[in-house]
Amino acid sequence: MELTLAIAIGALTGSGVWLVLRPRTYQLVIGLSLLSYAVNLFIFSMGRLRLGAPPVLGPGGSGNPADYADPVPQALVLTAIVIGFATTALLLVVLLAARGLTGNDHVDGREPR
Amino acid sequence: MEWTRHLLIVPILLPLVTGALLLLIDELRHTAKALISLASCLLLVGTAFALMRIADTAPETGSALSLSYAVAGWPAPFGIVLVLDRLSALMLALTAVLALAALIFSMARWHRAGPHFHTLFHFLLMGLGGAFLTGDLFNLFVFVEVTLAASYGLLLHGSGAFRVRSGLHYIAINLAASLLFLIGVSLIYGVAGTLNMADLALRLPAVPAGDRGLLQAGAAILGVAFLIKAGMWPLCFWLPSAYMAAAAPVAAIFVVLTKVGTYALLRLTLLLFAPGAGEATGFGGPVLIWGGMLTITFATFGVLASQAMGRLAGYSVLVSSGTLLAAVGMGDTAVVSGALFYLVSSTFSAAAFFMLIELVERAREPGADLLAVTMEAYGDEAEESEAEEREDEEVGVVMPGALAVLGVCFGLVAILLAGLPPLSGFIAKFAMLSGMLNPAGLGAATATAIPGQTWLLVALIILSGLAALIAMMRTGIRTFWAPLETIVPRVLVVEVAPILGLLALCALLAVQGGALLSYTEAAARTLHAPAAYIQGVLGAAQPGGVPR
Repeated sequence: MELTLAIAIGALTGSGVWLVLRPRTYQLVIGLSLLSYAVNLFIFSMGRLRLGAPPVLGPGGSGNPADYADPVPQALVLTAIVIGFATTALLLVVLLAARGLTGNDHVDGREPR
Repeated sequence: MEWTRHLLIVPILLPLVTGALLLLIDELRHTAKALISLASCLLLVGTAFALMRIADTAPETGSALSLSYAVAGWPAPFGIVLVLDRLSALMLALTAVLALAALIFSMARWHRAGPHFHTLFHFLLMGLGGAFLTGDLFNLFVFVEVTLAASYGLLLHGSGAFRVRSGLHYIAINLAASLLFLIGVSLIYGVAGTLNMADLALRLPAVPAGDRGLLQAGAAILGVAFLIKAGMWPLCFWLPSAYMAAAAPVAAIFVVLTKVGTYALLRLTLLLFAPGAGEATGFGGPVLIWGGMLTITFATFGVLASQAMGRLAGYSVLVSSGTLLAAVGMGDTAVVSGALFYLVSSTFSAAAFFMLIELVERAREPGADLLAVTMEAYGDEAEESEAEEREDEEVGVVMPGALAVLGVCFGLVAILLAGLPPLSGFIAKFAMLSGMLNPAGLGAATATAIPGQTWLLVALIILSGLAALIAMMRTGIRTFWAPLETIVPRVLVVEVAPILGLLALCALLAVQGGALLSYTEAAARTLHAPAAYIQGVLGAAQPGGVPR
């Protein structure tokens, strides 16, 4: 399970970095999105991987911390997802504005000659 | 004295409520919006100074050092705490005063250039207030994101192809930096198991040797995220264009954004890697010193090479960033105290410069201020009818003798940036250099050897001042002396007043420098005694402050 997750994070990060370095604004957005997925998975994995362990106390729970998954990284991921979502949406608006104002989708606003 | 504890949450709640309230008011009611915004900003200034006074009454040693506020009543390592000490109070007061100046400046025309200016402005202030007060790493991330989200909107305020293009770069860079921030925070959490800064400082020495590499990698990644925001070379390429593109009042408040990165680095390096932190003592110091010196070098060339004044101002922000980073890296009490003084002085002068540039450029570009030209050409008859038309554009008292006032302001800014007497720029640089050259304190009997890198830093700081002076004189001559036909710019009192106010503050800092310097010295001393900070935050939970 650890290996699968590590490979997934690595593949997402690699593709994300490559796309961020490309010159088109659309590639930039997709690259940043992939990177943020990779980072979210990474934060999640920092709470250690456990199967079948709930993060919150249920009714009749044992109260023993060893029976539960670490809830903090899950809360952090939730916050990070929301913030990433909002800023990516804002970036999309700016991309559309840049497309409208400059007439092309290069990140510098003009094609290299 | 119980109610004063709740003052600590005011710098976050007040801008939040104001921003939300302004969202509900119709865009066309400019005056109402501006008045509410101004009132809130004045309250914020008052609160910030009250907090500064509270922070300064705390004894320099002992357990009751920092005032902490457990949000929602959860005790320290589990809930989020807001912490007030001299450094955060100083940053809050700096931000509030700067915000007031920028807001007054924007009331001449900029706040009507696009929707929701005041709302975004107050959300920016809320993020800054939270970032300076919070005692929790992840909460710091959230507040930095709030600040950045508002700054994206503000940077694009006024629109135009240049703003959108540099805004695109700015947003992309900062999104990438935020991802690095998250990686760093989660790595530190994965190793240390806490995000509370004080708790983290307690637990770091106990981290097993096998995990130390992972922890330092996390701290380094976090540091890179802060360095991108602070603008260290080579991570600063986005800064001059973005600041040049921003509208003048926005650029003025953006000056404090680079200081957020510097503040976080100062706080975290002195808290987590202070002497006594075991093997990690002084971690990252050399990177900050050399990176800061490279930044000064790069920015000095940038200052000399700049043609446009906006770019010149952007590079002078970088010079001050580099100086601060190198001073933080040295970590000496006297140097940090001087650096804090420099931070206040350089922020005020750079902000005044950004606002001044817009007014001066009106005199340089004939196309930019067509109204003034037509007014001169058609004389008095046309003036009345035009005055009615223009009423919607600009309302306010026109400044008499505009060019002379602008010229004097420009000269004062040049003196401040170069660090010449008699203004505060000189005292700030002198305090830093004196700290660097007298590590044992002035008048110490045993002269300690000063390492070569310190001499290099001293030389660079002095040379960067010389370069700023050369560049400013060249620009000043080209703007105020050389033109054969000068267009007298139409400048409103409300636009000149904040610039004069900031410059007067710098003059006041020079005259009353002792008061602020003793404050920054106390701040630096408390920063170098992190045990008191830790006890102040975790005191209730652990009376003895014993590591678990």
